[in-house]
Amino acid sequence: MKEIIEFFSNGGNMEMVYVIILSIILGVQIIESVPAVLHTPLMSGANAIHGVVIIGAIIIMGKAEANNTPALVLGFIAVVLGTLNVVGGFVVTDRMLEMFKKKPTKNKE
Amino acid sequence: MSDFTLEISYLIASICYILGLKMMAGPKTARNGNLLAAFGMTLAIFTTIYLYQYENDEKEIIGLSNHIWIFSGIAVGAIIGWVAAVKVQMTAMPQMVSLFNGMGGACAALIALVEFPKALIHIQDPIWLEDHNAILYMSTILCGLVIGSTSFSGSMVAYLKLNGNLKKDIRLPFYNIINTLLIFGVVGLTICLAGNHIPTENFETWTYILLAGASLYGILFVLPIGGADMPVVISLLNSFTGMAAMFGGFMYDNMAMLTGGILVGSAGTILTVVMCKAMNRSLTNVIFGAFGTGGKAVSASSNGAAQKSYKETNASDLAVLLNYSQKVIIVPGYGLAVAQAQHVVHEMEELLSERDVEVKYAIHPVAGRMPGHMNVLLAESNVDYDKLVEMDDINAEFSTCDVVMVLGANDVVNPAAKEDPSSPIYGMPILNVEDAKTTIVNKRSMNVGYAGIDNDLFYRDKTNMLFGDAKKVLTEIVSELKNL
Repeated sequence: MKEIIEFFSNGGNMEMVYVIILSIILGVQIIESVPAVLHTPLMSGANAIHGVVIIGAIIIMGKAEANNTPALVLGFIAVVLGTLNVVGGFVVTDRMLEMFKKKPTKNKE
Repeated sequence: MSDFTLEISYLIASICYILGLKMMAGPKTARNGNLLAAFGMTLAIFTTIYLYQYENDEKEIIGLSNHIWIFSGIAVGAIIGWVAAVKVQMTAMPQMVSLFNGMGGACAALIALVEFPKALIHIQDPIWLEDHNAILYMSTILCGLVIGSTSFSGSMVAYLKLNGNLKKDIRLPFYNIINTLLIFGVVGLTICLAGNHIPTENFETWTYILLAGASLYGILFVLPIGGADMPVVISLLNSFTGMAAMFGGFMYDNMAMLTGGILVGSAGTILTVVMCKAMNRSLTNVIFGAFGTGGKAVSASSNGAAQKSYKETNASDLAVLLNYSQKVIIVPGYGLAVAQAQHVVHEMEELLSERDVEVKYAIHPVAGRMPGHMNVLLAESNVDYDKLVEMDDINAEFSTCDVVMVLGANDVVNPAAKEDPSSPIYGMPILNVEDAKTTIVNKRSMNVGYAGIDNDLFYRDKTNMLFGDAKKVLTEIVSELKNL
């Protein structure tokens, strides 16, 4: 209990709680208005956005001392995997959405 | 100053994610929305590399080093990711999303793994403890580790299953009990470790046990799930990775990671719920329920198939029938996607439209392997957006249509969902294709669908079976139509 009060009385933490709650509401609101047609691209797009973990991987790599091999190797793998998530995710989403866009021009020929 | 610039760029990145997701909600703005989110991500990545600053052990404020390592990592990941994403076929999209999702989860778990030894040093340092909360810090690292590794192993199993490498839905005996025990064990161990209830010298061993347990849970959690539930699982794992990213953001006090992670976490959860609703199943049912249990259902259907009779038709008869119909509704399914028949089905639709036959597509929310899968596929072959009609809108129209063509769909047109309370898919909303005057079902054989259950529709009086690969059969129909 003491820890919980301590946690909330720290101004920075309260700010975090605000950010989290507002973001959750925002995420829910955005998705609820999406037609089922776009669910697959949307899932894929959201998938690309959580690739933002790559920032954590970059910070690890950047902080690692030159002699800290485990951190360097694991960090390197993490950067590669994170980039895969980001680049792959956005490209796949773009490919899916490209098809929605192409269609009206062709059909009116 | 550079700290301020970094914060501002994170703010811009967060706004980009939110607006990007919002724009993805409409078909017209969707593509730009995706590009906007990608822009935000690029901004956040590069400003982090150049502007991020931290206090090192000598209390100096310095920027990140090892730029060569970072950039080569990004280059390797970007090239592999780009090539994989460009080469993948539209039918293989679901497993690709699952694979990329697993990569993100693994990334989150690795971050936690590297930070962990540092955290062990920190929590014994009284100066560090003055302005940090040890329990909170430990919790974020461990949560990132657990959720990230669960998401990774689960996504890999989902990838293998969707890709066809793992065909069976493996159910260990008492798997529900084992899984429940495992999840309690993992959660309990996380609490013990975070709350410092375990002697510090054993800490590292227990953390590896935790990592192994969480990975094992991911595998066991996805293994028994099959049937039409796979997209729900991918969406759920997607939101898991989002949460893992959120814990990473907590750990580094990094706003870009935090907002991006939570957005995906909450959006993914809601998307999961929406998908469950489309199948009239609850999330607990998906995770713990018995769906397409394999053995029993399949053997029952093979017996049934031998006894019941069905009618068969051929391409030329069908072409005539279609030609003199007034209204035709096409029900596309996974079989169409596998056969890559989306272009030829569009060709047939155009031919019929020229002859004043009204053609529409009935899109079941979970047709294919993912919600919206059919829309993506048909859009690829330039089918008019207005011709794709969603289930609730088209169900009333079946009774007024002459011919329904079911192309490689099965479970979504199975009347058992309405009529047979003992059926595992009972309660799932379906397309009422049996209301039409004639129903044509194109399948490769009489085998059961993905849910592993028999479909009574095939044996009904108004149903005609048309066997063969969807693309081959449709090509025949198109050439017959041209001759008429």
